[in-house]
Parts: sequence; structure tokens; C-alpha cells
Amino acid sequence: MKMITAIIRESQLDQVREALIAAEIERITVTRVSGHGQQQGENIYRGQKVVPNLIPKTRLDIAVNDEFVEITCNTIIEAARTNGSGSVGDGKIFISPLEECIRIRTGERGGRAI
Amino acid sequence: MSRVNWRKIASLALVLLACAPCVLWAQDPAATPKVDSGATAWMLTSTTLVLLMIPGLAMFYGGLVQTKNVLGTMMHSFVAMGIIAVLWMVCGYSMSFGPNTLGGWCGWSWDYFLLRGIDEKILDSGIPEYVFAMFQGKFAIITPALLAGAIAERVRFRGYCIFIALWALLVYNPLCHWVWAKDGFLFKLGAAGAIDFAGGTVVHISSGVSGLVAALLLGARRGHPKLAVRPNNLVMTMIGAGLLWVGWFGFNAGSAISSGLDTARALTMTQVAAATGALTWVIVEALHRGKSSALGFASGVLAGLVAVTPAAGVVQPTGALILGACAAVICYLAIQVKEKLKYDDSLDAFGVHGVGGTVGALLLTFFIRDSWMVAAREAAKGSWTLLDQLSVQATAVGIAIAYAAIATTILVLLVDKVFGLRADASTEMAGLDYSIHGEQGYGMLNLS
Repeated sequence: MKMITAIIRESQLDQVREALIAAEIERITVTRVSGHGQQQGENIYRGQKVVPNLIPKTRLDIAVNDEFVEITCNTIIEAARTNGSGSVGDGKIFISPLEECIRIRTGERGGRAI
Repeated sequence: MSRVNWRKIASLALVLLACAPCVLWAQDPAATPKVDSGATAWMLTSTTLVLLMIPGLAMFYGGLVQTKNVLGTMMHSFVAMGIIAVLWMVCGYSMSFGPNTLGGWCGWSWDYFLLRGIDEKILDSGIPEYVFAMFQGKFAIITPALLAGAIAERVRFRGYCIFIALWALLVYNPLCHWVWAKDGFLFKLGAAGAIDFAGGTVVHISSGVSGLVAALLLGARRGHPKLAVRPNNLVMTMIGAGLLWVGWFGFNAGSAISSGLDTARALTMTQVAAATGALTWVIVEALHRGKSSALGFASGVLAGLVAVTPAAGVVQPTGALILGACAAVICYLAIQVKEKLKYDDSLDAFGVHGVGGTVGALLLTFFIRDSWMVAAREAAKGSWTLLDQLSVQATAVGIAIAYAAIATTILVLLVDKVFGLRADASTEMAGLDYSIHGEQGYGMLNLS
């Protein structure tokens, strides 16, 4: 089991979600986060371009069984890339081992609970 | 999409303005009525109250859309305050309240053009014409802003701005002239005219029907109706509904253009219908769904207010009570039908304003106070029955629906083709706030 954490552009959330659902990965957690990457964000504030300290991003957390890691990552990469070949600020994907997973309703454990 | 040379258009407009003949007003001071300070004070207050409805509407609509579209949706109302207010000053007032031109299609008076000739003018009702012009101007602003609810979350800003400007010129101003100008043909229809006290046909039917037509032509939002769209902030919607209710006192009671008995009547009927509409809606909702929602209460308030708008001058409290209740039930049903037919009237501009306005304009016939009917009989020099008046009302409603539908169809197709009105899929997915305005409504709040 792996935990896939993806940081993507807010504007790509709908596209990524729809792509994931199309790939039958329907159990996700979404949070609004902010942080630094390579990207220099630009906002417009009363006609002035300003660079905010922290850029708002969307974070997806998806727990998957090992055989789903590839398809999940590929789907996210494809849907979160902007301007065709991708641009700075499209985000990152982190994959970490997942020790245990428990479904609260039934108490099931491991891969079946995901 | 074709490019338009804005600079050329702007310079052409300036040249036209400069060439327009400058008519100065010379008035006989003896003929000028005196200012009635009581009536003027109330009309100034009413004007302010109606203006307050527009930020109220921005909050009402803004709270109902997804987080990513909140600013874009509120801007639909706010930008109307800019565009329509300027247009009204330039030519809207003239087109609406000038004497008949083009065979009565609209009015026109060079004195009203740029509001040049009314600097000294006091109306017979004792209020300065500036006050009347500004009061009526607020109605012109809120009408396209109401329409925007039907096409929320899927239109481009520039296209929308051009669309509402053209819509105000070609739909609102002529309709306003027909119904409210002294020589408008609906104002004179039948014995004592089609009854539209404060804008059932002019404001609510025209915006509701046009909204429906625009929603059908532009198509549904992405994912509609499969993806549930949750309101981002119902608290803001409730505050907006409250502001609308308060502002409606100016809308209806101001439409008496006086400060006296008619004002008091209109204000009372407004309050009765709004309260009944709200109560009826939450009761119907509780019986049907098992829960009374806050949004249901707000929708009921609006349904009641919309229905009493054409009626506030002629019905009595019991009539207002029944109108409010009927409007709530019928609008509730209209929204259930919408869910079945699956067309995407995003914020129910048609379901509440189109349907509620029609209900009010027709049903009011059965609750007209006797003194009005007596006056109508005298004007008709013979008999004038409720059925006669009902047919006059139905004619006015039918004409408003047909005209708004046809003109809006042409405008939507034209603006979408030439300037682009429908937002493309990527804009819609990223949200109007970010992709069109480069902003976000909320800082770090959660998504919805």
C-alpha cells in the first residue's frame, strides 16, 4: 500500500478529479494548501502585480494498493500538466509507504480496506 | 473569434456625442411646480434602498455558486451598476421616458439625452426630475443583474458586459417605455392600462424569461446536472436576501412616486406578501422534503416579493397574503420541474422571477380594490369586469414574454458569435475568479 500525495494547481483540480474518476480511482481527500515551489506566483492587487509569499495550491491524498500506483500517478500527471508540455508550478507528487489502513465501519484492515 | 477595433469605435462614439445638437432648456418659472420636500425625501430614500438591492443581489447570488466563481458572480451585479448607470444617463432615460418615437417602440427626447435638459425641472408630483430619473435608473440596473443568475458560472466577463449593455438598450428600455411611460401602449391598454405597479413585467418577467432563453442557448455548466454544485456561502446568501427584502420597500413603496396613502399601501402589501411567501415555502419544503431550509426561506421571501411587485398598488392585505402564498407554491413547483427537465437555470432566475412575476401579474386581477375598478369603469364609460382586466394583464404578460424571448435569442447568439459569451471548458474548470479576474474570493477557506 502506498500513500500518494499530489500538490497541484488549484485550477487543475476539476480536470484531475474527473480524470481520476474516469480511471476508477474515486477515493480521494482534497485540501487547500499553500507553499513555495519554483514558481513565482503573480497576483493582481489594485492594478499592481504582486508576488505573494505563499502560493495557494491544492493537495490530493490518495491511499492505493501497489498495483494502482502507476495508473494513479500517470493520470494525475496528465491532467495536472498545463500548456501541453507542462509549466513551472504544475506541482509535485510524493509517494510514501503506507503501513496500515483500517475501514472504521467494519474494522477491515490492509488492502481490502482501501 | 473576430477582433473588434475598440479605438475606432470609441473615437466614433466621441465624434457622435460632440455633433449632437445641444438643446438648452428655457422654462417658464411660473409653470414650475414647487418641490414637495416630503415626497422628495421619500423618493431619495427609495432610490437609495433600490440601489442597496444590487449589492444585496450580488451577495444572494454570490453565496449560491461554487467557491471558484464567487467574485465573478458578484461582479455580474456590480458591473451592472457601472454599465447600466452610465447608459441610463446617456440615453436610457430618454429611450424609456421620452415621448413616443419609432412608432412607439421606444421614447426619445433630446432633453433627456445625457440628462441635459432636466437641471431645473420639477415634476408635477413635486419631486425634481433628477430624483425620478435616478430612481428609475436603479430598476434598469437590477434587471440585467437578475438575469445573470440564470447564466451564472459559465459566461465570460467581456461578453457579459456587452450583452447586458445591448440588452438594456434593446429589451429593457423599450419594455419600460411601453409599460410605464405616459404614452406607452401597454400603459394605455384597456380601460386603465395594464397594471404593473413596480415592475412585474418590466423587471421580473423580462429578466426571468431572458435568463431562461440565455441559459438554454448557452447550454449547461460542465458536468450539469451530474456534478452537484454546492453553495459556497449560504450565510452571505441570507444576508443578501435580507438586504433585498429591505430594499424592496424602496422598490415597491417608491413606485408610488409620492409619499402618502399609495406609498403606505404598497409598503404594507410588500411586507405581507414577503412574509407569507417565506412561510409558505418552508412549510411546503418541510412537507415535501422533511426539512425547512434557510435557502428555502430566502427563496420564499423573493417569490412573495416578486409576485407582489406588479400588484402592490392595487391589492389589499388579504390579496397580498394569497399572492405571496400562491407565488411560493408555484415557484417551488417550477423549480421541481426544472430538476426534471434538466435545463441549467443556475440560480433560478426564471424559476423565481419569471414564474413569480407572471403569477403576480395575472393573479392580482382577482384582488384589485373596488375603488380602482370603479375608476376603471368610469374611464371605460360603461362596464369593466375582472375578466376584461385579466385579458389586459395576460396581453401585457404575453407581449413581455414574447418580446424578451425573441430579442434575447438574437442578442445571445450575436454576442456569443462576435465577442464570445460562453466561457470555454478550461476557464470554467479553473473558475471565473482566477481565470477571468485573476483573484480569489476567499483566502485559505476550504474548497466546495
